[in-house]
Amino acid sequence: MTTQRVLRLSINGQPVEVPSPPERILLDLLREDLNLTGTKRGCDLGTCGCCTVLLDGRPTLSCLTLAALSEGKAITTIEGVSSGTNLHPVQKAFVEHGATQCGFCTPGFVLSAVALLRDHPRASRVEVVDAISGNLCRCTGYTKIIEAILAARPGGSG
Amino acid sequence: MATTPERDLRLLGGSIPYIEGPLKVSGRAEYTDDLKRPGMLVGKLLRAPWAHARLVRVDTTKARAMPGVFAVLKGEKYPTPFGVLPITRDETAIAVDRSRYIGDIIAAVAAQDELTAERALAAVEVEIEPLPEYADPRVGRERVDAPIHEKGLNHSNLQKEVVQHFGDVDAAFRAAAATVRVRASFAGVTHAFTEPQCTIAEATPDGRLTVWSSTQVPHYLHRSLSEVLGMPMHRIRVVKPEVGGGFGGKSDPLPHEIACAALALETGRPVKILFDRDEVFYTNHGRHPTHNDVRIAADAEGHLLGYDIEALIEGGAWSSFGTVTTYYNGVMAMGPYRLPSFRYKGQRVFTNRPPSGAMRAHGGTNIRYSVEVGLDELAEKLQLDPFELRSRNALPPNSTTINEFRVTSTSFRKCLDVVRERSGWADKWRRLPYGQGVGLGCGFYISGSASPIHFTPKMPQCTVHLKADMDGGITVHSMQADIGQGSNTLLAAIVAEVIGVSLDRVHVSPVDSDITPVDIGSYSSRVTFMMGNAARKAAEGLRDRLIEATHQLTGYPREAIRVRHERYEVEHRPEVGATYLEALHQALEGTGALQSTGSYTSPPVGGSFKGARAGTAPAYSFAAYVAQVTVDDETGVYDVEKVWAAFDCGRPLNRLAVEGQIQGSIHMGLGQFMGESMDYRGTRLMNPSLLDYKIIMPHQMPEIECLLVGADDPEGPFGAKEAGEGPLVATLPAAANALYDAIGVRFYDLPVTPDRVLKGLDRRRAESRLWKGH
Repeated sequence: MTTQRVLRLSINGQPVEVPSPPERILLDLLREDLNLTGTKRGCDLGTCGCCTVLLDGRPTLSCLTLAALSEGKAITTIEGVSSGTNLHPVQKAFVEHGATQCGFCTPGFVLSAVALLRDHPRASRVEVVDAISGNLCRCTGYTKIIEAILAARPGGSG
Repeated sequence: MATTPERDLRLLGGSIPYIEGPLKVSGRAEYTDDLKRPGMLVGKLLRAPWAHARLVRVDTTKARAMPGVFAVLKGEKYPTPFGVLPITRDETAIAVDRSRYIGDIIAAVAAQDELTAERALAAVEVEIEPLPEYADPRVGRERVDAPIHEKGLNHSNLQKEVVQHFGDVDAAFRAAAATVRVRASFAGVTHAFTEPQCTIAEATPDGRLTVWSSTQVPHYLHRSLSEVLGMPMHRIRVVKPEVGGGFGGKSDPLPHEIACAALALETGRPVKILFDRDEVFYTNHGRHPTHNDVRIAADAEGHLLGYDIEALIEGGAWSSFGTVTTYYNGVMAMGPYRLPSFRYKGQRVFTNRPPSGAMRAHGGTNIRYSVEVGLDELAEKLQLDPFELRSRNALPPNSTTINEFRVTSTSFRKCLDVVRERSGWADKWRRLPYGQGVGLGCGFYISGSASPIHFTPKMPQCTVHLKADMDGGITVHSMQADIGQGSNTLLAAIVAEVIGVSLDRVHVSPVDSDITPVDIGSYSSRVTFMMGNAARKAAEGLRDRLIEATHQLTGYPREAIRVRHERYEVEHRPEVGATYLEALHQALEGTGALQSTGSYTSPPVGGSFKGARAGTAPAYSFAAYVAQVTVDDETGVYDVEKVWAAFDCGRPLNRLAVEGQIQGSIHMGLGQFMGESMDYRGTRLMNPSLLDYKIIMPHQMPEIECLLVGADDPEGPFGAKEAGEGPLVATLPAAANALYDAIGVRFYDLPVTPDRVLKGLDRRRAESRLWKGH
């Protein structure tokens, strides 16, 4: 077996230390070691976007990221988007617009959207579509997801 | 007591956000893979790398002896065949004696961790004798050397043959003023839900087995576990956590679910099997690869005289829903038009490829494509507007089709009128510049199969239990399987509507066979109609108890008491009455928690001939779509810019959900039309990943205008019908007919990829046929 070393990570603003073998994938570390199961495993191949997390604010596929390479970076998972039980405006918009169906892709979409609107609060429809082009959804046809993200902009969809 | 008047609906008919939405957007919704059990082992499956082989020897000795390996199972331990249809049980949990496709399960391992499990799989020694491989369904119809199943008809790979003839088709074609013929082929497509299948099983020393699984059909899974494992159903508990999409792909009891339970029984430890994405593709059960041949006859005015249809569908390795699919590829041509004669020959053939099964708009998609493209051609021959042709043939309300489908409500004619108007058809069709076009496609679909897959057809298809206790909350129990379509929300909303309480008083219990009464599952677009009716009855039972309590409190007659929001009051003296809680507490005195039950059983519908039940439903949905496309004739790339979707789902009870189903259906339908394809080289699936199997990306989605035009259905709950599958079928032909309007080329092979567009243009140019001057 490979040797373990202790990774020092910042997850959702909380410093954590996790013993981990060097080949540990960030997705496994989150789901299996830390029980942060909101990050979903859809393909293990970087194709579906269900495992999206923010690494220093940038949407990143945790299934293609070595946990060790995220040392020293701020990791935000879906569990860190809401504040306690209070939903983030993007999350509220997803609920109100019916942008979730099965919900399996939803955490990834929410994180992609949160990152977009943080940097581009007035993002256009085209920019929204670009921002979610790394996330697959099989239920919604993306329509209500796009509507929700546009509505979550400060000032809403108008 | 009177039923709730439709005109007074408070919740239903509006847009109701999904009740589990807050959990899903925050990552707190629990899917099977999110669950852990103490001492849980990792289950892994050894899958066949050969397409067709006799298993001479499967030796698990070395694998079993490895440290950390708790069990290695072969097929012989649980050889009982199972399958979703009781008449065609031919799957086993693990292959017995023979493997039938690349991906078939040869052995199952439970180990302490994933790496150990994978090493154990590699240590299983398998000796095989190769058998002839069958990849082409056209070949398999005749006698073959080594049929894939012993039950194949006449020593062939033919699983099912259907022959039907109503009216006189030959006479119809003799009398016809115009005929068309469409011969089309369709690549297989698959569900591609985002959540890979996952199952956890746990056997406990009290003789019980619990199975958590990502399934659309917890009851069928329950039954299959019992049959194969030889345990009575009451000692098995099936739990359905949140399911990350199904679309029919989780509507069979699947071999890995039973293998997982077998590993749990073998080890006494909880075992989890989670699929890799390629296993999802190999398990498939998706839409059948299809060849069909459709001839249509009409008189000079465009009245349809008859259809003559042949369909050859490829079943892959198992029967699955295939007997139903074989019927559906014919009878799903029946609506939405009046048809005086109909002949159908359908064949389903086994191949050594991943099994086909039910996928959204099961059996109704490919035949609908050929019929609707054929009608477009027919309209052109008769120099009729495609709308006019369809309008002249629209099936009227309260009619019976020639194969004895009972059609009650239909707003198909209104669908046509509204979509024609909204799409600006009159100014666009044949009038847009070359490279741009509009097309019409129509359809219908069952609102729940009237024929349940049951021990006895007399059993209800759905039962709903309610419990109201001192806290004022109402708990709803039903095995209806929410897989993202919003059935939990609809269930809660119906209960809240009828009893007159806030939605947040209603809690929908998770599906758990120990608690929730049977519903046969989320397939055949049955849930809104059947669960909805059962929920309404259960809620009316509880409401009547509260009316009785209000009568006791006020002294006013029961008939005078009306349900208002959180209040029961006297109709003409609204100041007299009781709050919901006052009425509830009065009703609880001396009895304790209130309970109420409602169930739904389909009315007897359909004829008495062999196969008459296939396609019967208590109601049907109807659709008329217009698509608008732009084609780049240098690259063959095209853009479906907009779809106007007129849909008759009766009364839409949750507009948010109905729109979501229409938008998702158009996504899936356009995916099949534009690019999705299970690509095979012989028996080998070449693209078992979401990188190579291309579902539609956000930038490819058209703008969609949902036009909900249905009138109340007489038997649907509050007038509702299905909206889960019917919205798919019209999408594909609308796009195809729009391409024709744009560039004058017909497409008979799906998917219509850009290279096929270019080839089509070359064909037209080779014929020196100009289109819009080009």
